[in-house]
Amino acid sequence: MTGKPDLTRRHLSAALTALPLAAMPGVQLHARPARSGAAPDFTLPVRGGGSKTLSTLQGNVVMLNFWATWCPPCRQEMPLLDQIFQRYTNLGFTLLGVNVEQENRLIDRFLSDVPVSFPILLDTTEEVGKLYEVAAMPTTVLIDRQGNMREHFFGYKPGDENKYQDAVRALIRER
Amino acid sequence: MAKPAFGRLRLPALVGGALLYGVVVPQGEAAVLPDDRLDVLYHYYDGGGITVEGPSVLVRKQLGERFSVQGKYHVDTITGASIDVITTASEYREERTELSASVDYLRGDTLLSLGVVSSDENDYKGRSFNINISQEVFAAMTTISMGYVRGSDEIGRSGDETFTEELDRHSWRLGLSQVVTRNLVAELAFETISDTGFLNNPYRQVRYLDGDAPRGYAFQSELYPRRRTSNAVAMRGRYHLPYRASVHAEYRYFVDDWGIDAHTTRIGYTHATVPRFIFDVQYRYYTQGAADFWSDLYPFRDAQNFLARDKELSRYTSHSVRFGTSYELFDSPIGFMARGSINLVYDWITADYADFRDLRVTETPGDEPGYSLSANVIQLFFSVWF
Amino acid sequence: MSARLACLSLLLLIGGCSSIEPWVQPYERDRLADPIMSFDRDPVSAGYLQKVYDIREGARGATGGSGGGCGCN
Repeated sequence: MTGKPDLTRRHLSAALTALPLAAMPGVQLHARPARSGAAPDFTLPVRGGGSKTLSTLQGNVVMLNFWATWCPPCRQEMPLLDQIFQRYTNLGFTLLGVNVEQENRLIDRFLSDVPVSFPILLDTTEEVGKLYEVAAMPTTVLIDRQGNMREHFFGYKPGDENKYQDAVRALIRER
Repeated sequence: MAKPAFGRLRLPALVGGALLYGVVVPQGEAAVLPDDRLDVLYHYYDGGGITVEGPSVLVRKQLGERFSVQGKYHVDTITGASIDVITTASEYREERTELSASVDYLRGDTLLSLGVVSSDENDYKGRSFNINISQEVFAAMTTISMGYVRGSDEIGRSGDETFTEELDRHSWRLGLSQVVTRNLVAELAFETISDTGFLNNPYRQVRYLDGDAPRGYAFQSELYPRRRTSNAVAMRGRYHLPYRASVHAEYRYFVDDWGIDAHTTRIGYTHATVPRFIFDVQYRYYTQGAADFWSDLYPFRDAQNFLARDKELSRYTSHSVRFGTSYELFDSPIGFMARGSINLVYDWITADYADFRDLRVTETPGDEPGYSLSANVIQLFFSVWF
Repeated sequence: MSARLACLSLLLLIGGCSSIEPWVQPYERDRLADPIMSFDRDPVSAGYLQKVYDIREGARGATGGSGGGCGCN
């Protein structure tokens, strides 16, 4: 039968064949911050008490991991981050898990399922997340002993922990 | 009857395009595969003189980093007799089994799904294949999805070994999901469905005025066009309230080339401030116009080249209300089970048919009251995430 | 022909718009990731009920959510 339904079908089939072409130019569909330079300083409360200021850690290699309880890849990488923390913590390395969520109620349950030994910082106002232009969840930033941002990792896929480890080792060797 | 040629061209184009895209174009960010889960559901429908009940089981499991597979098993056991069956005195009793399997492939921001569905009962065999591609764009603020379903059914008639007919279905779907604010997500969907073949029910009859018949009317078989094309467009939105609750609303407009048009509206509220509980309420309003060739009572035998008296193609209005409760079972993971819930959902559905008359009431033909239906639907199910 | 051009242009536009920044940051997706914000929280139940309606109504199609993930990775 001709008429309206046929045209709709043609529209859909046009869209269908055009999509693969259309998505090609825009593959990087938002700008990843290509940031370098001094890591912005901040002070955040630590889960369990106290607070931490980034600049006091100068002289150490610091890994900042921005995560949230609702993010499945964050949950996947937590135990692997803990392994990296435990392996290198005596070599002047520290890992800070920055939770970027407005409500903290799910953190306890998450951390009892996935216990870690590195400090968990609470960024409830999400200001530090914005400061570091967290462009995906999770985001991991590596800061060298001089306080400069050296590596950014966006998202997590199994196998990325090896990249983290290589980068941490390289920065630890620097004097 | 020749099948539409474009159907054959577009399917390879879709699959080829999806694969080409997934393989050739460097992938940016990645989406995630659906959760692993097991759902065991018991469903019960009671209304319009019939009862349908049975189990429904769904399993989904991730395999490796990129694949997720799903299997579903569903049985409907039908007892009783609907209004059509009562008034035309041809009883049938059925059990329908449906099996489906699908596989999802994730690469970067693209999710490709392929699935098959097989449905069997003693007088109906349905087979279909579906493909869907979902693409996250704009830093996953927007998801575009496209799907195609190809179905092929074989229709029989109990007690008539020689009766065998076919129904072919093609449907195309385009969906757009958009994050509007941190509290609001909206979706738009279009779907066009095209059926060819034997589109009516082999048991259903229409009635026509017949002065010689005892009740003033007699019956003959339905006769439908061998083609039907329909379009539907729907918009829906979901908004997170300042506390742990959400509201949602949906509207769908449907129109087809048989002259049927329908409006569907749904609004609902989900409440989750009580620890471990989630409560849902929903109201649905549905109104439909009749097919062009539909009539409750034809003036004489063979009055038109197409004849239909199916209440589902008539003018009517339906209201339904849903109440659902979900209870979170575990405090923390037990063994391989990360989360579990038990759920109870109750729906009450009513429909009032303006022109489809209730023939259980003896009256001057055409003056019988309009038929009304009310149904209770209950679902009890367990869900486990692992 | 013009419909085809319109569709293609729209999609190229979407694809080429790399200068539009997302106005909801990835770390602001917590509420959207909550199961109560999912259109299809229990797919088995939703699928069953949709079939209950489809079987008994003349209308069909354009139902069910098309997704939208957590925006992770």
